[in-house]
Amino acid sequence: MILVYVDHDRGELSELSLQAVALGRSLAEPDEPVDALVVGGSALEAAGSLAAYGITTVHLAVHDALTDYTPVASARAAAELAARLAPRAVVAIGDQRGNEVMAHLGAITDLPVAADCTEVTLGDPTQVVRARWGGNLIEQGLLHAATPLLTLVPHTVRADAPGDGVGQIEEFTPELTEADLLVRVVDRVAESHGGISLTDAKVIVSGGRGVGSAEGFGLLEDLAGLLGGAIGASRVVTAAGWRPHDEQVGQTGTKVSPDLYIACGISGASQHLAGCHTSKTILVINNDADAPIMAHADYAVIGDLHKILPAIIDATRTAKAG
Amino acid sequence: MEVLVCIKRVPLSGGRFVLTDDQTEVDTRRLGFTISPHEECAVELAVQLVEANGGAATVLSLGTPESLEQIRESMAIGIDRGILLETDGAEWDAQGTATAIADAIRADGTEFDVMLFGNESADAANSQVGVRVAHLLGRPVITGLQGMSVTEGTLRGERAGAAGREVFEVPLPAVATVKDGVTIPRYPSVPGRIRAKKKPVAQSTPTRPEPRLEKVSYTLPAETGKRATVLGTGPEAAAAVVEVFRKIGAI
Ligand SMILES: Cc1cc2nc3c(=O)[nH]c(=O)nc-3n(C[C@H](O)[C@H](O)[C@H](O)COP(=O)(O)OP(=O)(O)OC[C@H]3O[C@@H](n4cnc5c(N)ncnc54)[C@H](O)[C@@H]3O)c2cc1C
Ligand SMILES: Nc1ncnc2c1ncn2[C@@H]1O[C@H](COP(=O)(O)O)[C@@H](O)[C@H]1O
Repeated sequence: MILVYVDHDRGELSELSLQAVALGRSLAEPDEPVDALVVGGSALEAAGSLAAYGITTVHLAVHDALTDYTPVASARAAAELAARLAPRAVVAIGDQRGNEVMAHLGAITDLPVAADCTEVTLGDPTQVVRARWGGNLIEQGLLHAATPLLTLVPHTVRADAPGDGVGQIEEFTPELTEADLLVRVVDRVAESHGGISLTDAKVIVSGGRGVGSAEGFGLLEDLAGLLGGAIGASRVVTAAGWRPHDEQVGQTGTKVSPDLYIACGISGASQHLAGCHTSKTILVINNDADAPIMAHADYAVIGDLHKILPAIIDATRTAKAG
Repeated sequence: MEVLVCIKRVPLSGGRFVLTDDQTEVDTRRLGFTISPHEECAVELAVQLVEANGGAATVLSLGTPESLEQIRESMAIGIDRGILLETDGAEWDAQGTATAIADAIRADGTEFDVMLFGNESADAANSQVGVRVAHLLGRPVITGLQGMSVTEGTLRGERAGAAGREVFEVPLPAVATVKDGVTIPRYPSVPGRIRAKKKPVAQSTPTRPEPRLEKVSYTLPAETGKRATVLGTGPEAAAAVVEVFRKIGAI
């Protein structure tokens, strides 16, 4: 059996939750059961729907104290389940929560964890291919563990459409201590900045050191406004305080994949590209025709962005009016 | 307040890595070194906490003796003392690293109120060392913080969630792993650099356990083979850009 940790947010399954299920199924032998762990009573309905995605048994961990995301308790429940069911592997999606729960599970069970895998071959030892440096370096590794604990880079597998599987739900109450419940979401603050979020935007107008100042981003905002897009930035920009950090694209910022990414005054460091190279179309505006980003872009305009952007804004406005 | 921050020396390359002939290491002969931006922010937070509350900030790194360079860099912005756990450069997995760090903290004897880590290391991205150290020392840990404050014995952290920001709170002593943007790191000053040279660094050499996640080899991602089509030079290219916008349905 393969055990999948399936995350949810107050009962909502996300696209990534369903990718976790697809990951579990991809590792299973034909006819091998794929079980899921879902934590918290709020997920009862979500747990029910997982059967349709090919889960054999959904183990729903319920406990009075589990009212919102509680990472240590989730790991404790996973450890208890793994001890009882002896799965061939425990897997999760490598987003913040998946990696966090698996790190706790690794610590609780004293097992190693291979995070950010892109390929896995279960065995003794388990062979993994892992993304390092935000995918700029690929590692072939061996995981020496009785039970391999693994997370997969998001979007490596596609979530399947629901089928007509008939699974069952088994509730259990994990044994938890005060310490397991100490770390939990105690409050939620709505994001206030409105507008289109970076991850949802179809168009991103992104600026780097070449924009020169906070004020310089006015031009990028004008173009983003015309194209219904969002603003992105390189780390040089956010570290200088020209733009808020949540606009940073890259290895340590947000990973985006819009239809159109317009990179203004960005050189294309590997750590920046790690966050935007999967964009459908990349347009570069840069005064250096040899900037590294040229080898990752589809179109480029060479020259000073402070002169080029106003012309593009005018022409776009005219085109939209006409 | 006693604050600890853990940093890892990693090669700095904005371009394509070059591998050694046997493909087991990054060829670092022409590269500079740095720490992850997450860790730069963690160092800054450590200095801020001590500025606000008194006490001392300690930096710890497990790595080659050259990691002293990164320890001194963080001292230049205000860290008070260092702990260097020397290695021969072979890779340590997350379990081995966390065990060595926890052992060193116990041996040091300081009761750290706050221990700061990056959410993930720049090169290995295990996303584990902070969490594992927390378990080994019996401390609560909050991860991936994009906002953090410490008041009256409570560490409060925020991070992006599915809908808005999620808030966590734990009592001190506690561990936090932070992300780039949690604060804006300052630049070192010249007097800061001079002071850094005289600050104490305790050195020891832990034994590396057999890695349970064992690196075998590296490969590089396939080259894109792409080359951007140049639409023009200067403002005259605007019409061609609008054509592209039209073609891909952006307008
Ligand atoms: C572990 C690690 C993680 C990192 N994570 C990230 C990350 O998540 N995101 C990120 O962005 N960076 C990240 N970085 C930093 C990264 O290495 C680069 O330093 C950064 O991306 C460079 O930003 P930039 O392109 O804006 O600046 P530069 O590299 O300085 O490039 C500026 C560009 O603007 C052009 N230019 C200048 N003036 C003009 C003008 N008037 N008109 C047109 N073009 C002009 C120049 O030709 C140049 O190409 C990370 C670094 C490390 C070590
Ligand atoms: N060799 C090391 N020395 C000191 N701190 C480390 C080391 N490796 C990892 N860390 C810390 O643990 C964090 C997470 O690392 P990792 O689990 O490898 O993703 C890093 O951002 C550092 O703060």
